[in-house]
Amino acid sequence: MSASTASTKPTSPVPFDEALTRYEPVLGLEVHVELGTESKMFCACPTAFGAEPNTQVCPVCLALPGTLPVINSIAVESIIRMGLALNCTIVEWCRMARKNYFYPDMPKNYQISQYDEPICVDGYLDVVVPLPDGEGTTTVRVGIERVHLEEDTGKLTHAGGATGRIHGADYSLVDYNRAGIPLVEIVTKPITDTGALAPAVAKAYVAELRDIMRGLGVSDVKMEEGSLRCDANVSLNRPGDEWGTRTETKNVNSLRSVERAVRSEIERQAGVLDAGGRITQETRHFHEDTGVTTPGRSKEQAEDYRYFPEPDLVPIAPDAAWVEQLRATIPEQPSIRRARLAQDWGIGAFEMESLVNAGVLQLVETSVEEGVEPDAARKWWAGELLRVANERGVEPQDLPVAPGDIKRVEELIAAGTINDKLARSVFDGIISGEGDADAVVAARGLTVVSDDSALLAAIEQALVDQPDVAEKIRGGKVAAAGAIVGAVMKATRGQADAGKVRTLLLDHLGVAEG
Amino acid sequence: MSAITPDDVAHLARLARLELTADELDHYAAQLDVIVSSVARVSEVAADDVPPTSHPLPLVNVTRPDVARPGLGAADALAGAPAVEDDRFRVPRILDQD
Repeated sequence: MSASTASTKPTSPVPFDEALTRYEPVLGLEVHVELGTESKMFCACPTAFGAEPNTQVCPVCLALPGTLPVINSIAVESIIRMGLALNCTIVEWCRMARKNYFYPDMPKNYQISQYDEPICVDGYLDVVVPLPDGEGTTTVRVGIERVHLEEDTGKLTHAGGATGRIHGADYSLVDYNRAGIPLVEIVTKPITDTGALAPAVAKAYVAELRDIMRGLGVSDVKMEEGSLRCDANVSLNRPGDEWGTRTETKNVNSLRSVERAVRSEIERQAGVLDAGGRITQETRHFHEDTGVTTPGRSKEQAEDYRYFPEPDLVPIAPDAAWVEQLRATIPEQPSIRRARLAQDWGIGAFEMESLVNAGVLQLVETSVEEGVEPDAARKWWAGELLRVANERGVEPQDLPVAPGDIKRVEELIAAGTINDKLARSVFDGIISGEGDADAVVAARGLTVVSDDSALLAAIEQALVDQPDVAEKIRGGKVAAAGAIVGAVMKATRGQADAGKVRTLLLDHLGVAEG
Repeated sequence: MSAITPDDVAHLARLARLELTADELDHYAAQLDVIVSSVARVSEVAADDVPPTSHPLPLVNVTRPDVARPGLGAADALAGAPAVEDDRFRVPRILDQD
């Protein structure tokens, strides 16, 4: 079909590092975020993920005659908060627009979106990008062109044919549950001058956006469920030349894929350009399994959508005082917060990342605010409590453990009432609903055995049981004391202070600490 | 002078997935031209002090609370569909094969 053979002739990709010696990449990222509202954008249908097909639809989102859309107030509030978090200007007045196209993913034959009047414009996001080979990080400012409100489309399943893809399908099946769910599109300005960091910048940007949306509580931002989706525009140009023709890669469904898709597209385009070909402006699909992109349908020109102001809706004019109220609800940007906390707690980027990945950063922070030492808060949340949460198949924050519990457990350890081992049992009791730390200690009889005579009896028994060890210690081999201490700890079911047992043992045998 | 050409109609027909004959293109070009030029008369009376408007009501911020209500069941939703499979709307092949 294509008139150009030069651009369709298969060419070999150029290895990434080599491609970067001849070309400069320009990126543009379009991220779609499905809002976590209870109801759809223009009707009251529920929005739960994974419902049976066509069970969350109504005459409005099925485009039956005589229906009219009404805007969801929380969707407007959410997008304004998102725009503020991305340092955007919130416009005083804007309209929704009709984007006309004939494709069965929307039963109306148009999507209600925004065109030349987006609600949030001209922002930026600073993202922290790791340098290769662990040489630290650099901060890149990504400009935000616009953030606009629209509705999601239905889900198509292509049936028949060999591949399950649209090409070669005999027919398609449509589920409109997703049609009409509020969707926010965030479009960057062209991202230039990133060179070989381009794939890492793309990944870091999407990761930071995800963290921001999660912090705002506007979306569950699960890439694997499609509530956060990224389209990556990539073009290459030789240094000093004008920007090249761009392609738009869709179907990028994980953070890792964002990085791989940008990298792969740079390698592919460099191959085409090296062979004297031209890049076709087109939509491409990224394949998780092979890590390469393949062409999709050629993109309709913007004017072909015949956008016009949506006549079924009146304009949106956010009140300035309301916007300022919303601004006050914007949390600190996640990367800035992480850097601040890491410094406060005296930990490195690696430790911080492991807290974030474990999903316990907020819990540690709250515990520290309640007076728990940072090291202790990290130790319990990233250790025993995380283990218990995983074992029970719940999120750590859903464990019934309050910062006050950790504080009390630490006090009991400091006072010598319990040790670390007994503390685990205390947490088990708290999680099992046996009351607070003191109640569990009392009910389970968890105090460290501090009665010297009881400990001495256990020590003497251990010496009798292991006469050869006893002999070694008497002979000055203090290192052998561990075996006796271990036996005493076992005999007291962990309820002794190991250091104290050791001191008593050496005193008892009249041996000096080596 | 015709503002709407048969080429314009052919372009629109392609976007709307309609197949029209050359005769039909001419036929609709003439009809559409009448409609468009009639509507264009509005601009003759709209002075500079009359801003373009997209809605007759002087309202902004008409919204509803974010409260979900059950929709139609799948059976009702699909009742009017020409073809159904697995509780989904079945539609003809979308792309012609190359």
